[in-house]
Amino acid sequence: MKFEKMLKGGLAAVMAMSLVACSGSSDSSAPAADTSTGSDTTETTVAAAGAFKLGGSGPLTGGASVYGQAVKNAAELAVEEINAKGGVQFEFVMEDDEHDTEKAVNAYAALKDWGMQVSLLTVTSAPGAAVAPLYKEDSTFALTPSGSSLAIIYADLINLADPYGNVFQMCFTDPNQGVASADYLSTHTNLGSKVAIIYKNDDNYSTGIYEKFVNEAADKGLEVVYAGTFAGEDNDFNVQLSQAQANGADILFLPIYYQPASTILKQAKDMDYAPTFFGVDGMDGILAMEGFDTSLAEGVYLLTPFSADASDDLTKNFVSNYQNNYGDTPNQFAADAYDCVYAIAQALEASGATADMSAAEINDLLVEQFTSMTFNGLTGTDVTWNTNGEVSKAPKAVIIENGVYVGVED
Amino acid sequence: MAFLSYLINGLSLGSVYAIIALGYTMVYGIAKMLNFAHGDIMMVGAFVAFFALNSFGLPVVVSVILSMLATTCLGVVIERLAYKPLRQASSLSVLITAIGVSYFLQNGAQLLWSSSTKVFPSIIASGSLRLFGGALSISYLTLVTITACIAVMVCLTLFINKTKTGMAMRACSEDKGAATLMGINVNRIISITFAIGSGIAALAAVLLCATYPTLSPTLGSMPGIKAFTAAVFGGIGSIPGAFLGGLMLGVIEILAKAYVSTQLSDAIVFAVLIIVLLIKPTGLLGKKLSEKV
Repeated sequence: MKFEKMLKGGLAAVMAMSLVACSGSSDSSAPAADTSTGSDTTETTVAAAGAFKLGGSGPLTGGASVYGQAVKNAAELAVEEINAKGGVQFEFVMEDDEHDTEKAVNAYAALKDWGMQVSLLTVTSAPGAAVAPLYKEDSTFALTPSGSSLAIIYADLINLADPYGNVFQMCFTDPNQGVASADYLSTHTNLGSKVAIIYKNDDNYSTGIYEKFVNEAADKGLEVVYAGTFAGEDNDFNVQLSQAQANGADILFLPIYYQPASTILKQAKDMDYAPTFFGVDGMDGILAMEGFDTSLAEGVYLLTPFSADASDDLTKNFVSNYQNNYGDTPNQFAADAYDCVYAIAQALEASGATADMSAAEINDLLVEQFTSMTFNGLTGTDVTWNTNGEVSKAPKAVIIENGVYVGVED
Repeated sequence: MAFLSYLINGLSLGSVYAIIALGYTMVYGIAKMLNFAHGDIMMVGAFVAFFALNSFGLPVVVSVILSMLATTCLGVVIERLAYKPLRQASSLSVLITAIGVSYFLQNGAQLLWSSSTKVFPSIIASGSLRLFGGALSISYLTLVTITACIAVMVCLTLFINKTKTGMAMRACSEDKGAATLMGINVNRIISITFAIGSGIAALAAVLLCATYPTLSPTLGSMPGIKAFTAAVFGGIGSIPGAFLGGLMLGVIEILAKAYVSTQLSDAIVFAVLIIVLLIKPTGLLGKKLSEKV
């Protein structure tokens, strides 16, 4: 029975491979992004005398490097501007964590050795959740630009209790994106009234937004007519799209990352289904995909706290400085990072902290400031934080027109 | 009508599985090894076609031929370097080597082309054929995919049954020792098998990417596993079996998604595989071989 033996061997190998494929997919569910930015430097020091040591880590190389690079660039830009003004001075170091929890912990250790006093935590969620308890333990203040998971600010995720208290977020938490999306759709009924949702059921980010959205939608009178799922690297959405269409959905809510979303847009077009596509911040990046036909994304709405085409002076200055320095249009990660540095500077200024204080002393002062102050930045006005570290600000909707984001006027 | 359109979707997905499965099944039939790098050879084919189309702006037909040539060479080179030295080794060693080659190709692709997702350009006019007064629409892409699958299947069957090389392949698959005694160069036949299987993989890659346009270095792993399942389902080693297995797998997957649950579709597909193997351990069209003592 040689044949059967080989077959068994083969099946065992398939199982092994599919396990590998699964673990691989959890990796790739993290926003894969352009690595061609290619800078190998893992740290940059902006030196200044008597300056606060500001640290942080993010994926500067690897699949999610587009986010890490954006945060690093924008934070450096903000540090330069703030240092030039006089007043609070910063010295800034960004370590590479490759969107890997273990490397993020190592990066944290390296930053502490360097003498970090204030931190931008991490760029991505999973590494952030791994280092947040360390920040709590060492009483070092952290404000993450883009780590949106609740696991970053709560030690007890199941009951949403026991917040770290000194880890703050500049971006919305995942569930809050669901709330904000339901809010937006229920107040803009011109987009449609019957909502279909396609979400990725093996991804926390996606299911978190989905669950909150469905809860909120029921309260706000939005009708959810269909919810379909996919997992791993599935890329056939014909069934989900046909059923959304059959159920008469005129809005398709996509709380997913841009890679599967690009396939959904194409398959919907192939079957002549044209609802209003509505995405959240994971959709940001779709226009930058190599080879993507941007006409597919025409008319796609996404909720994002920042759009580079906004006409206020703050945004205009930021965008033009960023373009001059890095030759690229900043995305919302860059904007969040820029706001983070300014918010920290504002809080330091107001608290009267000095650069010779210990990280723990600065931590106490900043926590007090952040829970009481109001901040105006690129990603929102009248931004406030609660004692758990969650941010409160109004999301902005943008629509994709002719291949660029255009802010939607209410 | 909805059922019919799901069925056609399933056939289209199944066609792609079937073309990939042909590569698995041919290599198994002749070399008696499971080439787990097959899905990754397909991925390389997809990238070659992508760069030919996108960066060099070559016409579709030229790009497809170029990509088929590239994977054909790759298949032969892999066979020569990684598998040939292990011809006398146990099947488990060859299997592990194949998994190693698979990882080598994936990581090599990541190094060369980065892990960022690329979007495959559209190569077939979007739009659809409308039947029954518009109640049923079949996209041109689906028609092309199914036609291509049937064409590959017919050509391959003719090749195996009507040509001298085809006859030599059948002889090798039945008894390598006897084939050698009859003057057949078994090593050359195995190389040809790898060449054909890998060439077809490039075609499958283009069809796959035309339907599901995102391109990444791990592109080949899931379709590869599904196609392997299809090959086992139909009876590994049997060419019509791979065809039948591929189509059935695609149809079951889509119907399970449509009528049972999008979350359970893969579980259902593999449950059907298990049931088929319990009832017929050699797969639907597999030949029963008795162990020679």
